[in-house]
Amino acid sequence: MAKKRELKYTEAIKEATDLCLKEYPTSFIIGPGVPDPKGTFGTTLKLVDKYGQDRVLDMPLSENGITGICIGAALTGMRPILVHQRIDFTLLALDEIVNNAAKWHYMFGGISSIPMVVRTIIGRGWGQGSQHSQNLQALYTHIPGLKVIMPSTPYDAKGLFISSVVDNNPIIFIDHRWLYNITGYVPEGTYQVPIGKAKIIRKGSDITIASTSYMTLESIKASKIIEKEGVDPELIDIRTLKPLDSDTIIKSVRKTGRFMVLDSGWKSGGFASEVITKVVENTFTNLKTSPQRICLPDIPTPTTRGLTRYYYPNTKDIVQTVLKMLEWKSNDIKSVISKSMKREKNIPWDIPDLTFTGPF
Amino acid sequence: MDKKTQLSLFQKMYLIRSMEEKIVELYPEQEMRCPVHLCIGQEAVAAGVCENLTKEDYVFSNHRSHAHYLAKGGDPKGLLAELYGKVTGCSRGRGGSMHLIDLSVNFIGATPILGGTIPMAVGAALSSKMQGKGNISVVFFGDAAVEEGIFHESLNYASLRKLPVLFICENNLYSVQTPLSKRQPNRKISSVAIGHSIKSYREDGNNVVKVYDLAKKSINKIRKAHEPIFLEFLTYRWREHCGPYYDYNLGYRSKEEIEKWEKQCPLKKYKRNLLSKNIVTSKEIEQISHNISIEIEEAVDFAKKSSFPPRNELEKFVYSE
Ligand SMILES: Cc1ncc(C[n+]2csc(CCOP(=O)(O)OP(=O)(O)O)c2C)c(N)n1
Ligand SMILES: [Mg+2]
Repeated sequence: MAKKRELKYTEAIKEATDLCLKEYPTSFIIGPGVPDPKGTFGTTLKLVDKYGQDRVLDMPLSENGITGICIGAALTGMRPILVHQRIDFTLLALDEIVNNAAKWHYMFGGISSIPMVVRTIIGRGWGQGSQHSQNLQALYTHIPGLKVIMPSTPYDAKGLFISSVVDNNPIIFIDHRWLYNITGYVPEGTYQVPIGKAKIIRKGSDITIASTSYMTLESIKASKIIEKEGVDPELIDIRTLKPLDSDTIIKSVRKTGRFMVLDSGWKSGGFASEVITKVVENTFTNLKTSPQRICLPDIPTPTTRGLTRYYYPNTKDIVQTVLKMLEWKSNDIKSVISKSMKREKNIPWDIPDLTFTGPF
Repeated sequence: MDKKTQLSLFQKMYLIRSMEEKIVELYPEQEMRCPVHLCIGQEAVAAGVCENLTKEDYVFSNHRSHAHYLAKGGDPKGLLAELYGKVTGCSRGRGGSMHLIDLSVNFIGATPILGGTIPMAVGAALSSKMQGKGNISVVFFGDAAVEEGIFHESLNYASLRKLPVLFICENNLYSVQTPLSKRQPNRKISSVAIGHSIKSYREDGNNVVKVYDLAKKSINKIRKAHEPIFLEFLTYRWREHCGPYYDYNLGYRSKEEIEKWEKQCPLKKYKRNLLSKNIVTSKEIEQISHNISIEIEEAVDFAKKSSFPPRNELEKFVYSE
């Protein structure tokens, strides 16, 4: 059998964008630095050479204005893809996104729609601090009319991105920066991954662990540790946060009776709260223990690595929580942790991998 | 200009340059783990403007703020310790290079979301007017911040209310790797302020004497006439947008372009000028350089020896007591 083609996450996004520009002549991509020599961390690299400056556009630093301009273009026949290098910068465009893009189809009685993708990136690490590493997905999942997507693999990134460009609604497509170097199988050519469908990535019977984006990588790491201890988790990659595929999650929890959700955002009023609510509403009598969420504490991101060390939840927190939910004794939990975490100790916690030598 | 001022201008620029060069030297050690936007090549704007300010005047800044912080008199130790993420840093390690503050000299704050501090400077001017304080408010920003809606909203209000604000645009021709020509029509940035009925001037930002003179005139006018003024200074960033290295290998600008601007080095030009006119002796220059290098070494030492904020203070400062 031929070896399956592997791509980096960034390459998968770029290939998806390339295919969309090729297949949909009304699509265009715009964003600060999109055609520049760094090409949005590589995800838009050299697309300008292929499609020209009229379809691969740089822009003034005018987030709100350009969002409105993209909406106007979308209302009149185009399919804009608007890119922001950090989700923090989308806050400047909230008015156009929330008041206009999200509502348009509904408030004009379904007469016109806005096929538009806002693609953006969550930062983390190397002291990016309070204004460059926020996880604002919950803000967008709160808004009816928006679809919110957060893939965790190169395969899904490509397929979901193409689905997003094809979709006739405003889409908030969120990458996590720490996924950019991961590699995985990505088929050539166009394919779609359905929006609104979660994916069971490991079947199991003891506990359901649902996660978003980068936290899915953490859940897989944790799963490898607890498997060795005889725990059999079911892992679900949520992929689309809105509309949420609660059916897949609920079905799983009915089977396992235990539920845990991992999200990279803040705890209070966060996305994880919504998932837990859906689960409790629908599986209350199946639950053997109270559902748990692993999220960020309700604190802005500190810059210093002296504190980010304790700020971001990690594999250890997941393992600990799972074992507690399974009523393990605390001494046994401790010994699993000390046994499995030895290797992790010397890896710096503020970079995605050792090839990274800063700054982002 | 008296000799004291001339020396002070040199001293400010030399301090800024030395600090940035020290960061260039130490950043590869990977102990300063935060994004840094160095201002090497742009020192004259900060020095020439801040030389005219009193301690009471407010200064706000953006992501490229080391020069503004130091020129206003911000503590070098607090700056370096902040870059190292230490609890002794000016923002107690919570901020890093992009979030500097030193209230002891009324450096009110620097933040990296483009345009974010422009209205704050207007607000500080309003507050100063409401409280009858008589100080002025200054905000530094880049050519790209002019593209944000908030920039125009802020100028409109400052003009409407005749607030004592000095807007300083450091036009270094680029936003990250994107040249101005791909972001704005071919017009002077300074002309935009005129549309808001604000007096506006444009000047060579690599000539510290010209910066100083124009800032002095403008600041006097603001203090007397109670109205905002807008200044655009043409200058150039030598290093990469973010980080310690050169970046002509990227190809968005040529090595020749960088070298052309390096010939316009604000510090070298001014030093030559001071020496050739016998305003200072090379001995005096040496003395200044020596003192500054000691000050910086002490700051490095202080930063490296300081500790990180303790774990149990992660939650501290989310709310004011
Ligand atoms: C609202 C917002 N959008 C985008 C960015 C990303 N960004 C950081 S610095 C920068 C360049 C700004 O250029 P300019 O204002 O000219 O200042 P310079 O870096 O040249 O000093 C950009 C685009 C940001 N910080 N904030
Ligand atoms: Mg600039």
